[in-house]
Amino acid sequence: MIDYTDNLQNTPILAIKGVTKTFPGVTALADVSFDCMAGEVHALVGENGAGKSTLLKILSGAYRPDQGTLALHGRDVIFRHPSEAQAAGISIIYQEFNLLPDRTVAQNIFLGREPMRGPFVDQAAMRHQTAALLDSLNVAIDPAAMVGSLRIAQQQVVEIAKALSLKANIVLMDEPTAALSLHEVDHLMTLVRRLKARGITILYISHRLDEVFAIADRVTILKDGHWVTTRPLAEVTRHDLVRLMVGRELDTYFPSKAVTIGEPVLSVDHLFVSDFLKDISFTVRRGEIVGIAGLEGSGRTFLARALFGAERIGSGTLTLNGKTIHPHSPREAIDAGVGFISEDRKHEGLALGLSIRANMALPSLDRRQRLGWIAQSMERQTVTELSRSLEVRAANEQVEAQYLSGGNQQKVVLAKWLATEAKLLIFDEPTRGIDVGAKASIHQLMRDLAARGVGVLMISSDLPEIIGMSDRILVMRNGSLVSEFMGADSSEQQIMQAATGTLSDERLAVAS
Amino acid sequence: MGRPVNAAALATRLRDQGIFGILLLMVIVCVLFVPNFANHDNFVNILKRAVPLGLIAIGQTFVIVGGSLDLSVDVAISAIAVLTSLILNGRVENIVPAIAVALAVGLLIGLVNGLIVTKLKVNAFIVTLGTKLILQGILFSNFNNFAGKAPIEFDRLAYGDIAGIPFGVILMFALAATAFVVLRLTKFGHHLYAVGGSQEVARLSGVRTDRVLIGAHMLTGLGAGIAAIFIVSLLRSGGPHVGDGYDLDSITAVVVGGVPLAGGRGGVWGTIAGVLILAILSNLFNIFNIGAFAQQVLSGAVLILVVAVYSFRVRK
Repeated sequence: MIDYTDNLQNTPILAIKGVTKTFPGVTALADVSFDCMAGEVHALVGENGAGKSTLLKILSGAYRPDQGTLALHGRDVIFRHPSEAQAAGISIIYQEFNLLPDRTVAQNIFLGREPMRGPFVDQAAMRHQTAALLDSLNVAIDPAAMVGSLRIAQQQVVEIAKALSLKANIVLMDEPTAALSLHEVDHLMTLVRRLKARGITILYISHRLDEVFAIADRVTILKDGHWVTTRPLAEVTRHDLVRLMVGRELDTYFPSKAVTIGEPVLSVDHLFVSDFLKDISFTVRRGEIVGIAGLEGSGRTFLARALFGAERIGSGTLTLNGKTIHPHSPREAIDAGVGFISEDRKHEGLALGLSIRANMALPSLDRRQRLGWIAQSMERQTVTELSRSLEVRAANEQVEAQYLSGGNQQKVVLAKWLATEAKLLIFDEPTRGIDVGAKASIHQLMRDLAARGVGVLMISSDLPEIIGMSDRILVMRNGSLVSEFMGADSSEQQIMQAATGTLSDERLAVAS
Repeated sequence: MGRPVNAAALATRLRDQGIFGILLLMVIVCVLFVPNFANHDNFVNILKRAVPLGLIAIGQTFVIVGGSLDLSVDVAISAIAVLTSLILNGRVENIVPAIAVALAVGLLIGLVNGLIVTKLKVNAFIVTLGTKLILQGILFSNFNNFAGKAPIEFDRLAYGDIAGIPFGVILMFALAATAFVVLRLTKFGHHLYAVGGSQEVARLSGVRTDRVLIGAHMLTGLGAGIAAIFIVSLLRSGGPHVGDGYDLDSITAVVVGGVPLAGGRGGVWGTIAGVLILAILSNLFNIFNIGAFAQQVLSGAVLILVVAVYSFRVRK
C-alpha cells in the first residue's frame, strides 16, 4: 500500500507546522508552515520583524513555540533544550556570535561535546580535531588562541567550524556573511556547496539577495511573522523577491544622489591618532554623503571613534560648521553636535534592557530638563514623532529594545541622534543585517539628512551600498586615506584595488 | 580594528600569572628585609595558618569561576564545626561518622544554595546572604559557646606531620591539586568555565548550566565541611564563631588570585597564591605588631590595588 521509496523522496527532512511565537508586545511568528527537503539549500528571506531569527531559534531548541510543531523525517519533535536539537542533528550558526572570549578556539568548538579519555577531557584530541577542521576550511587559526583575541571575521569562522563539527544533517545559518569580506564570503559559498554535496540540508537567512541567488535552491519569504510563499529560485527574479518581501515595487535600490553641494560641514586637517591614523584630511560638505571604504582593520571605525571623542587625538584640527572642536570624550562630541551610529548596536548603540523611549531620549535628556526634572510630555512627543517618521515597528514606546528586530533597533539608534539635533552623523555599517525595506528607509533618511545640511559620513563594507549612496568615496588602508573617488564614477574593482593596495584585478565573487 | 593585540595579550598574561610573580617578589623582599622572617619555623607557621582559609578558598574558587558566589561559607563552617564536635563527643569511634556528617551537611548546604540560585533564578549574592542569615539565626540561638569535644586522636589532622610537613598543608595542596584536575581536565570543569564566561552561550551550546552551577555550589559546601573538620581538629572543639571572616577572606583570596568576580577564567593555583599572600601579610602584621584596625585597612588596600591592576585597560 505505502510505497516507501516514494515516501522517502517526498517526506521533507524538516517540516514546520503552524508555528506561532509571541513576546511581550510583539508577535514574532504567526502560524508559519513550510517544508525543507533533504539536501537542499533553503533560503529564508524577509524584512525586519519578519520572524526569521525567531524561527531559527525555535528550530535550534533555544525557544519553544507557543503553538505548532516541528517534524523531523516525518516524526513530530519537541526540543526542550538546545542540546536536544543538537542531538537530533540540527546545528546553528548565529548572527551574534555565541562564543566565549576567555576560552580557546578548540574549547569553544567542542563546548558541550568535549572528547573524553577516561574521566578526563582529551585536550590533545580536541586540539587535533580543531586543527583538522580549520584546515578543511582553509583558514590559519591557532586552535589554542583565545577567541577574544581573534578578529571578527576569524571568530565567524570559528562559529562555522563549531557548527560543522557537530556533523549535523541540518545546518541553520543566520546572516553568516554579515561581517565577512568578499574573499571570506567566497570561502563560505564554497563551503555551503561542499556541505550540500554531502547531503546536508541548509536553511540560510540572508539579506544579500545576490548570495541567495548564487547558492539557494528554494526560498521561503516571511513577512511580519507570516509565511508568504515558498518557491524554487529558478522560478523567481530579484524583483519578485523584493516585491514579495515588502509588498511594493522597489525599482531603485538607492535614493538619488545629491543635487546641490554647499559649504563644508566637517573639515578634518592632518589628523594623527595613536600611531595608527596618519595624516588624515578630508571634508564633508552640506548636502553630500561621504562614504568610507576599506578592509577590516584599515582604521575606519577608529577614525569614527576619534571624531566622536572616543579615542585620544594626537594632533590635527577638526572643524564643524566653521567652529573648531576638540572632543575629548563622547559627551563633548555630542555637545559639539556629533552623533555616532556604531556598528555594534547591541553593545554600543542601545541599552537593550531599556525601553524604546528611554533609549531614544538618552543623549538629549539635557534638552528637556529643568533643575534635573525631565519634562515627560516633551519627551513623549519627541519619541512619538521620531518613531513615526522613522517607522519604528513596535507595539508601543515601552517595549524593551532587546525585543526589537535588527532594523527597528537601528532606527531607534538613529532616532536618538536625531533628537540631539546633531550636525554631523557618522554611520558605521548602518544597514548590516537589516532587510531591504528597512535598508531603503534608512538610506532615504540619510539622504534627507544630508540635504538638510547634516554632515553624513558613512562607513560601509557593502560595496554596492558605498557606491550607491556616496557622493564621494574615501578609501582607507592601514590607517591612511589612500584614495578618493567620485561616487558616480567608481567601480567595485577600483575601490577594492585601493583598499588592498594592489594594482591587479581582483575577481569579485559576489558581483553586484 | 587593526590595533596590535600585544597589549591585550600582556594584560591577559598579567591577570593569569601575575599573582605568582607578586608572591615570589613578596617572599624575596620579606626574606631579605624582614627580621625573623626567614626561618623554618616561621615558614611552617605561615603555611599552617594558611590552611583553613586555603581549604575554604579552594571551594569558593569553583563558584566564582562559574560566575556565582557563596557568602554563607563562614556560618556553614561554624555550624558544621559545632555539629562535628558534638558528634565526636570525645570518642574515637565517632570520628568516621562525624567526618561523614560534616561532609554531607556541607554538600547539603551547597545543594540548597545551588537550587535556589538556579531554579528560582535569584542572584547568588542575595541567596547566600539569605542562607547565611538563616543558618546564623539557628546557630546563634542555640549556641553561644564551644560545644562538644574532639578526642585526642583527632589532633593528628591539625598537629601531625609527614616528614616535617604538617598534615594540614599536605591536605591543602592535595585538595588544590584535585581541584586543579577537576577544573582543567574534566568535562564539569570545562563547562563551569563556560557558564562563568556566558551562561547563555553555554546554554545554547547544550551545557546543562543549572547542574553545573549546583555542582559548583555543592563543591563549595564540601570545602566548608572540610575546613570545619580541620578547624575542629585545630581547636579541639567547635564553636559558633570559628568560621567568622572566612566568607570575605575566601572571596578576597580567589579574586586576588586572578579569578574575576564575573568568572570564566583563572584557576585554583592563583587562589592558593592569594591565600599565601594573605597569610604572609598576616604574618608581617604580627612581626611588626600592627594592630587589628591597621591590618584591616592594609588588607582592604591590597585587595583594591590588585584588582585595579587586573582591570587595567590598555588605552587603544
